[in-house]
Amino acid sequence: MDFFNRFAVPHPSFLIYGAMVSIAIAMIAVVVGITYFKKWGYLWREWLTTVDHKRIGIMYLIVALLMLFRGGVDAIMMRYQLSMPDNTFLDSQHYNEVFTTHGIVMILFMAMPFITFFFNYLIPLQIGARDVAFPRLNALSFWLFFMGAMLFNMSFVVGGSPDSGWTSYFPLAGNEFSTSVGTNYYMIAIQIAGMGTLMTGINFITTILKMRAPGMKLMKMPMFTWSAFIANVIVVFAFPVLTVLLAMGTMDRLFGTNFFTTDNGGMDMLWANLFWVWGHPEVYILILPAFGLYSEIISTFARRNLYGYKSMVASMVVISIFSFLVWAHHFFTMGQGPLTNSIFSITTMAIAVPTGVKIFNWLFTLWKGKIVFTTPMLYSILFIPLFTLGGVTGVMLAMSAADYQYHNTMFLVAHFHNVIIPGVVYAMIAGLTFYWPKMFGFMLNEKLGKWTAWLLSVGFVLAFIPMYITGLDGQARRMYTYSESTGFSTLNMVSFIGAAIMAVAFALLVYNIYYSIRYASRDIGSDPWDARSLEWATHTPVPEYNFAIIPEVASTEAFWDSKKKGHELFKGKIEKIHMPNNSPLPFIMSCIFFVFGFSMVFSIWPVAIIALIGILACLTYRSFEKDHGRYISVEEIEETEAKLRGAKK
Amino acid sequence: MRIKMKLMYLTIVCTIATVLAGCEPLLVLDPKGPQAKTQADDIMLSIWLMSAIVIVVLAILIFVLIKYRASNQSEDYEPPHIEGSPLVEAICIGIPIIIVIFLSIVSVESNYKVEATPAGYEDQEPIVIYASSSNWKWHFSYPEQDIETVNYLYIPANRAIEFKLYSYGPITSFWIPQLGGQKYAMSDMVTTLHLAADAEGEFMGRNANFSGAGFAENTFEVTSMSQADFDEWVDEVHETADPLTDEKFEELLEPGHLGRSTYTGTHLEFSPAPEHDHGSTDSEVEEPKQEDHTDHESGKQTNHDNH
Amino acid sequence: MKVDNSLPLEYSTEENSLKILGFWIFLGAEIMLFATLFTAYFTLENRIGNGPSGAEIFEISPVLVETILLLTSSFVIGLGIHAMRLGNKKAMMIFFSITLLLGAGFLGFEIYEFIHYVHVGATLQTSAFTAILLTTLGTHGLHVTFGLVWGLFILIQIKKRGLTPETANKSFIFSLYWHFLDIIWIFIFSFIYLKGMM
Repeated sequence: MDFFNRFAVPHPSFLIYGAMVSIAIAMIAVVVGITYFKKWGYLWREWLTTVDHKRIGIMYLIVALLMLFRGGVDAIMMRYQLSMPDNTFLDSQHYNEVFTTHGIVMILFMAMPFITFFFNYLIPLQIGARDVAFPRLNALSFWLFFMGAMLFNMSFVVGGSPDSGWTSYFPLAGNEFSTSVGTNYYMIAIQIAGMGTLMTGINFITTILKMRAPGMKLMKMPMFTWSAFIANVIVVFAFPVLTVLLAMGTMDRLFGTNFFTTDNGGMDMLWANLFWVWGHPEVYILILPAFGLYSEIISTFARRNLYGYKSMVASMVVISIFSFLVWAHHFFTMGQGPLTNSIFSITTMAIAVPTGVKIFNWLFTLWKGKIVFTTPMLYSILFIPLFTLGGVTGVMLAMSAADYQYHNTMFLVAHFHNVIIPGVVYAMIAGLTFYWPKMFGFMLNEKLGKWTAWLLSVGFVLAFIPMYITGLDGQARRMYTYSESTGFSTLNMVSFIGAAIMAVAFALLVYNIYYSIRYASRDIGSDPWDARSLEWATHTPVPEYNFAIIPEVASTEAFWDSKKKGHELFKGKIEKIHMPNNSPLPFIMSCIFFVFGFSMVFSIWPVAIIALIGILACLTYRSFEKDHGRYISVEEIEETEAKLRGAKK
Repeated sequence: MRIKMKLMYLTIVCTIATVLAGCEPLLVLDPKGPQAKTQADDIMLSIWLMSAIVIVVLAILIFVLIKYRASNQSEDYEPPHIEGSPLVEAICIGIPIIIVIFLSIVSVESNYKVEATPAGYEDQEPIVIYASSSNWKWHFSYPEQDIETVNYLYIPANRAIEFKLYSYGPITSFWIPQLGGQKYAMSDMVTTLHLAADAEGEFMGRNANFSGAGFAENTFEVTSMSQADFDEWVDEVHETADPLTDEKFEELLEPGHLGRSTYTGTHLEFSPAPEHDHGSTDSEVEEPKQEDHTDHESGKQTNHDNH
Repeated sequence: MKVDNSLPLEYSTEENSLKILGFWIFLGAEIMLFATLFTAYFTLENRIGNGPSGAEIFEISPVLVETILLLTSSFVIGLGIHAMRLGNKKAMMIFFSITLLLGAGFLGFEIYEFIHYVHVGATLQTSAFTAILLTTLGTHGLHVTFGLVWGLFILIQIKKRGLTPETANKSFIFSLYWHFLDIIWIFIFSFIYLKGMM
């Protein structure tokens, strides 16, 4: 019985039991549904074993949206708990678990897959390629990430969630002070997902460097591709730090080492340092592709080329270098002394300069344009002032002496939500709306879309601006409750109302998808926004080989040139196309990784060893496998092209 | 749509303005000591400067949106192709650089101020108080006065105070917003926080860094009083309080919440602060150099067993 | 698959050149991985708690033997790649086999070294220093172990399938990996052992 006891949640509550039941029902419903509609074969052939970057992208999107829901529910619970003084909706242990998982889910399992979705779906199309450099590896990246995400979410119902904050500072996260398996989940699930991300980074750098269409020099790449390239370079340099860090944390928790403990020479500050050496670049990994999307959207709907292309690229390069030089600003209060603080204070503020350049370039892109207010454009326009507000509070936080007062308060919480929500989340929704017709062949409803954007912004302002104020009034972050006498209650109530409005906005987004699936016109052609770059030059829906003939490029806006200046994109004739084969190996291997991770979390060594052998067996199989891909014949391509051209009208 | 947007920003600006100027001052912006004053001044300065930037960006945005919206232009207007102009971009880089240089100077100056004996108290010998945290309490040891308190802090007003911070457990952060910003208390090094209270009064103090289940209630009260009252309190404690023993201290360290209590003697005698020298292992986490002058205080308690 | 005969065999197809670039980027990530380990090592080097210090447990002779074995193996695999470029399958296989044998020798001495550490009371749990020492060495050792198995698989494939663009590509990538491990070892030797013994 003892063996099974440890799988129980240590602090069960009505909410957790409710969630268990609903998860069980949902899973049964999915299984029954797939069986009833006889879709197992379809699922296996077309999705689970696929190596097509577009399908993998869409799977990333689905995970991101699911995780957005999970993280959003966490957020609402926190805001509700704090909306009234001495609220008893959540107890302290519960609240700690909720804010911990909210942070991890939103950053690593929502924002990361969301941008990876854009990498996957867009980059090969934007650079005129047929797939990524390593399609099989790409599938493995996704499935590892997926299994990591699922393992992490399992902590909610099996064994208990992590409760030491998303930063998981030791010694709090060590065995001494965090006794449930929650932090084991943190260490191992993020490790597995992180491996996937690292492979994504390698894959996309290679893709962008080697597989661009003829004529597309580096300085002729679309801005999103540039931003993705730089973000992936950061991934490759930052994620190994996380790998080592999590490995050390795992060893502390499972094997009794003393890296971060309070005795035998352990050093808690090392965790904080290494965490942020990864953690700070990580936020730039999220924000740079978002900047790229805004650049695409703003120039499309200003009907103008992007202003200051070169300085846009240069500023991203500078940001990526500085992202590795600022980590100590996350703990100015650790007692490093004024010299160190001054250095990190200055490097941090310096990031404002290239970021400012980008803001001004977007403003100058609107200059002399012909601005059309579509939904994606609305998000981009709302982004500029809201993000500026978040950016300047970042400069305030960078003043290290003043940071002694902001640190660990709601002011900080307000700041990073103020950059992440308008910066990343708006970009994700704007990009989703913008590229929806490319993926699915119909547009999302514009009216509902604009309502969503406005509601989200009003909710955002109400939810987060009050936090700046309560922070300056002494409300520390991560407090599960406060007393009436502190005077925080009114503003926290406003925050809750704001969060509720944001929840309504997200619900509206979901309704919009449903509504548009039912009622939107399917007759929109392949270029509904009158866009500018290569991804719009192919058919909708995109054939599996993307381009029947590889396009030739002469400027940053090849498709626009072909529409306006008579640039000929597709020269030459159709030839047979080499495509990679589907493979079940990534999926199977990731499933074994899941088993491995789970048995590590609970220290079930025999299973872990068997799983490890399974993983090695998969690698062995892969080493000896002969797989030269397959060819799509000219007739088949011509047939597909004719059909799609017909559909296009 | 634009009206909605303007409304939204008016709301933000108004809310911030009312609260900042409003009925009850925010703790951080209501400083009662020189360090907090330095920080509050920096904060207000940066708020004004940053507001100016936000307003400029907003103004440019609204202007271009109104002037260049499609419905304001003729059907056949074709936006020009503009690559970018070195002059304009130089200005866009130059102005932020000037702002950043200005703020950097302010920031560096303040860094050295808050890490030194508070301004105006340089000629005094500071009173040293060891503040250590355990789950979820604060222990204040007064080695000179030879007393120890739990969860409350009495300090003389108008006197420089040097807090020596460390932790029996997770990283915590010692914070008295009205006297000055916070600093971490950690288990294997001692950090120093220089504060002073310009006025008598009661202030809120707390642990600001998440440290587990009892974190929210991990607070303490600070009372600043005249030197005479403080001396009187010290004498009273010596007359009435029990001595702090090793066993009693172990009991106090047990996780949980406790009310206030007072002892004679300090735990530093049997459970000294982790003031060992780290060598040159990591310059990032080395203790600041200017702490050296206080080493005589703790020299006798320095324990080398840890190495 | 298009084969470009003007290029060396390992670069001769597009897929091959993608793989080589991708592997270089992977090595970039590996450099970061070991850089992080080294940073952690230098930070924790003096934090020995109640355990022994580096100077007390390091022994020069096995380390020297390990160094010589690994450096030689790195040189030999270079000869192997040279033989591959000349199209000499047999010579290449011999050189690769010697590389793997030398690697196995290295691993044997490293295992001996680890047993020695445990004997003198420097286990993973002893102190922060011993933990990071064994982790850093262990990570390198695991890389070598992985390399031995991988190299063996490549040898088998070459034997069965001959020198094709695919096997040549794998061999070349493997040689990059092996040289990389060698370079890491030089850092370990200089900054962990020599520095620790001084």
